[in-house]
Amino acid sequence: MRTYGLLAWTWLRAAAQYPASMLLLGLATAMVAALDLAGIALLFAHTPRIAGFTAEEVLFLYGTSAMSFAIADTLLGGTERLGEHVRRGTLDTMLVRPVSPLIQIAAEEFTPRRMAKLLPPAAVLAVVLPRLPVEWTPGRIAMVPVMLVSGVVIFAAIWVLTASVQFVVIEVHPATKSITYGGAFLTQYPMTLYAREFVRGMTFVIPLAFVNWQPGLYVLDRPDPLGLPEALRLASPAVAVLLSAVAATAWRAGLRHYRSTGS
Amino acid sequence: MAWNAPRRRLASRGVSVYPWVAAYSFRRHAAYPLGAFAEAITNTVFGFVRAWIVLALWDARPGLGGYTAADAVAFCFITQAMIGPVQIFGGLELTQRIRSGEVAVDLHRPVDLQGWWLADDLGRAAGTLALRGVPPMAAGLWAFDLTLPGPAGWAAFAAAMLLAVVTGFALRYLVALTAFWLHDDRGMQAVSLIMSMFFSGMVLPLVVFPGALGEIARMLPWAALIQMPADVFLGRCSGAELWSVYAFQAFWAAVLLAAGRALTAAARRRLVIHGG
Amino acid sequence: MIEVRDVRKTFTVRSGRLRRRRTMVRAVDGVSFTVREGEFVGYLGSNGAGKSTTIKMLTGILTPTSGSVRVAGLDPARRRTALARRIGVVFGQRTTLWWDLPLRDSLTLIRHLYRVDPVEHRRRLEELTELLDLGPFLGTPVRQLSLGQRMRGDLAAALLHAPPLLVLDEPTIGLDVVSKATVRGFLERLNAEHGTTILLTTHDLGDIERLCRRVMIIDRGRLAYDGDLERLRTSVAADRMLVVDLARPAPPVQLDGIGVERVDGPRQWLRVPRGMNAAAVVAALARRYEIADIALREPDIEEVVTRLYRTSGAFGAE
Repeated sequence: MRTYGLLAWTWLRAAAQYPASMLLLGLATAMVAALDLAGIALLFAHTPRIAGFTAEEVLFLYGTSAMSFAIADTLLGGTERLGEHVRRGTLDTMLVRPVSPLIQIAAEEFTPRRMAKLLPPAAVLAVVLPRLPVEWTPGRIAMVPVMLVSGVVIFAAIWVLTASVQFVVIEVHPATKSITYGGAFLTQYPMTLYAREFVRGMTFVIPLAFVNWQPGLYVLDRPDPLGLPEALRLASPAVAVLLSAVAATAWRAGLRHYRSTGS
Repeated sequence: MAWNAPRRRLASRGVSVYPWVAAYSFRRHAAYPLGAFAEAITNTVFGFVRAWIVLALWDARPGLGGYTAADAVAFCFITQAMIGPVQIFGGLELTQRIRSGEVAVDLHRPVDLQGWWLADDLGRAAGTLALRGVPPMAAGLWAFDLTLPGPAGWAAFAAAMLLAVVTGFALRYLVALTAFWLHDDRGMQAVSLIMSMFFSGMVLPLVVFPGALGEIARMLPWAALIQMPADVFLGRCSGAELWSVYAFQAFWAAVLLAAGRALTAAARRRLVIHGG
Repeated sequence: MIEVRDVRKTFTVRSGRLRRRRTMVRAVDGVSFTVREGEFVGYLGSNGAGKSTTIKMLTGILTPTSGSVRVAGLDPARRRTALARRIGVVFGQRTTLWWDLPLRDSLTLIRHLYRVDPVEHRRRLEELTELLDLGPFLGTPVRQLSLGQRMRGDLAAALLHAPPLLVLDEPTIGLDVVSKATVRGFLERLNAEHGTTILLTTHDLGDIERLCRRVMIIDRGRLAYDGDLERLRTSVAADRMLVVDLARPAPPVQLDGIGVERVDGPRQWLRVPRGMNAAAVVAALARRYEIADIALREPDIEEVVTRLYRTSGAFGAE
C-alpha cells in the first residue's frame, strides 16, 4: 500500500509539471463523467418521479454509485489493461520486481485525471444529502460513509475479478466492460426500473445491488420492492469483504495460470 | 486507339485502390469475431438498462416526443447496435500514425489521405456491422416489444446508416488531424466524445431534449450520426421527409469532408515546412 | 549462484479455430547447468530454442514443469519477490522504465520499489551515472530517449539495488555500434571490478566473443554445448575457409576433399576441413592454377554455431 502511494505520488508530480494541461484534461474528464448526470436531468425534465423515485432520491443513488466507482476506478481501474501488459510482455518486467504486479499495474495507469470523475458526484451529494426527505437517525448518517466505502471495495473487487479473466482469455475484456462500466451505469438508477430476475441477479450473482441499492433503501427508508429480507440492507460491508476475497483468489489463480503457461 | 489502352488502365487502377483498402479493412475487422462479439455483449447489456430507463419514462409520459414506448425501446437497441459501425466513442488509427510520424509516408503515397482513410473506415464499419450490430438487436427483439421497419424501411435505414458512417468518419478525421498541431490530443478526444455522446442522441433521444436545446441539437452534425438514422428506422420519416433527412446528413458529410480536405492541405504544408 | 537440475517446461499449444487441437510443446527439455559466482556466461540459441523460457524460469516469471532451479539460494518459482531483490533483470526488447517519466523519476520509483536506502541510492546512482554516462539525459522523459540511451537507463534501473546477479535478455538488440560498445564495456567492468555474476542471452555473437569465456548453447530445448569458447571452436571441428584470388576467372576448382563454397569472378571460397593440412592444399592449388592472392580464415563463432546446430543431436552436452 505504501508503494502504491509512492508510485501514485510520483505520477501526480510528473503530471503537475504541466498544470494547464492537467487542469484542462481533468475538466474534460469531469464533463464526460457528468454525461450520466445530464441523462438524469433530462429524465426529470419530463416527470417528477421515475419508477416511484423522486429526483433527489435518484440523485442520491447517482451520487453514491458514481462516487464509489470514481474512487475504485482511480485506484484499480488500470487493471483493465492487464491483457495489454500480457501481450506487450510488460507484465514480465513487473514480475521481476519485488512488488505485487497488481499494485504495479494499478499504479502504472494511475493518472490524476481519473480523480476528476469525483467532481460531479461530490457536487451532487453535497447538494442532495441535506435535501433528502428523511429523518437523519445516527444509523442513517453512519450508513452513508459505510455504503460509500463498501461501494468502493465492491467496484474495486470487480475490477480485479474481471482483470483476472484476462490472464486466461484476453479477448473477453470488452465483454467484462458490461460488468464494470455497465455496473457503474445501472447502479445510478433505482432498481425498481429493472426486471425482477435481473435485480435478483444483481443481488445474488454479481452483487452490484449492495453498492448503493440495498443500503440506499435503508437510508431512504423504503420497502424492498422484491420483498427481500431487511437484513440485506446492512450486508454491504460483509458482501464487500467476501467479494474481495473472491477477487484475490481469482487474481492469484490467474497469475498462477500465467506463470505456468506464459501466454 | 491501341496505344491508349494501357494509359486508361493505369488511370483506372488509381481509382480502384480504394475498394481494395476497404476490402482489406473489412477483412481485418471481421478477423476477430470473438473480440467483436465481446463488445456486442456489453452493447447489449447497456441496451437493456437503457431500455428499462426509457420504459419508465414513457410509462410516466406516454407518447413523449411523438415516440411510443415500443419506439423508445427500439431506439435504445438500434443505437446500441450502431455504436460499433458509427464508432460513436471516437478514435481513428490515423491519430497514432500522426503521433509516431508514420503519416509522412502516407502523405507521400500517390493516394489521397482522406480518401484512403474513408475507404478504410467504410470497410471497418461493414466488418463490425454484422458482428456488433446484430446481437443487440436480436436480444432486444427477444426481450422487448419494439418497433421494426418493413422491407422498404430497412432499405431507407441502410442508406441513412451509410451516410451516418461517412459523417462520423468526417468528424473523427477532423479530430485526428488536430494531432498535427496539438502536443497532447487527449483533451480534444474528450471534448469530441462529450459532443458526440450528448448531441447524437446516445444519452437520450433528441426528441426529449427540451425547448431550444432540442432545436439546436437537431441542427448539429452529431444528429446525423444516431438520431436521424434511428428516426428512419422507426419509420418516422417518409417521402419528402426522408429526403430531407438524407439531405441533412449529406450536407454535414460534405461540409465536414471539405473541412477535412482543407486541414489535410494545411497539415501537409506544416509537415513540409517543419519536417513533422 | 545458479543451479539448474534437469529442468523441463512443457506448454500446451492450441491450434485450429473451431476444432481445437492441443499439442504439447517441450520448450525446455531436461536442462542442467551451474553458474558460479563471478562468472560471465553467454547463453545462445535461435528463436524458439528455449532461451527465453529458461530465463523466465530463472527469474521466477514461469514455474518449471519439473526439475529444480535455485538462484541466489532461492527457489525462483516460490520466492519470486524475495529473489527480485537479489537479482537484476534487463529485457532488451521492453523497457522497465516508465514511458512518460523523466529517467531520474523512473529511477526514484525503482528505489521505492526495491526499498533502497536514500543515501545508498544516491551513491549508486552517482556511480552508475558516471559509468553509463547517464548525465546528459537524466531529465529526459523515457519515451524521448534513443534506444541506446534507454538501454543504459534500463541497466542502471536493474542495478540500483546492487544485485550480485545480473540476467540480461538480448541487451544489445537493435543498438547502434557505439551504444553496443558502451554497453559491452560497462558489462565487462561490472563483472571484473564488482564481481557481479552475469548471464547474457543474445543473438549477437559479437557480444559473446567480446565478453564471455563460457558459453551455453540451447537447441530445441536441450543444452547442445556448455563449456569455454575456444574448446567450442575446436570440438565442433568447424572448417576453415581458404579464400583464393585466381589470376583469371575459372570454373570451381577440383581438389580432393575440398568443397567450393562460393565463386565470385576470379575469387573462390574453399572449405578446408579441420584436420586437413592447409599448406598442402595451397601447394596443390599452386601446381594447377595461377594464384594472385590467398588468405586462410579461422571459423568465426557464427559458423561454429551453425555447424553445431547442424550436428546437434549427435552431439551431447558435457
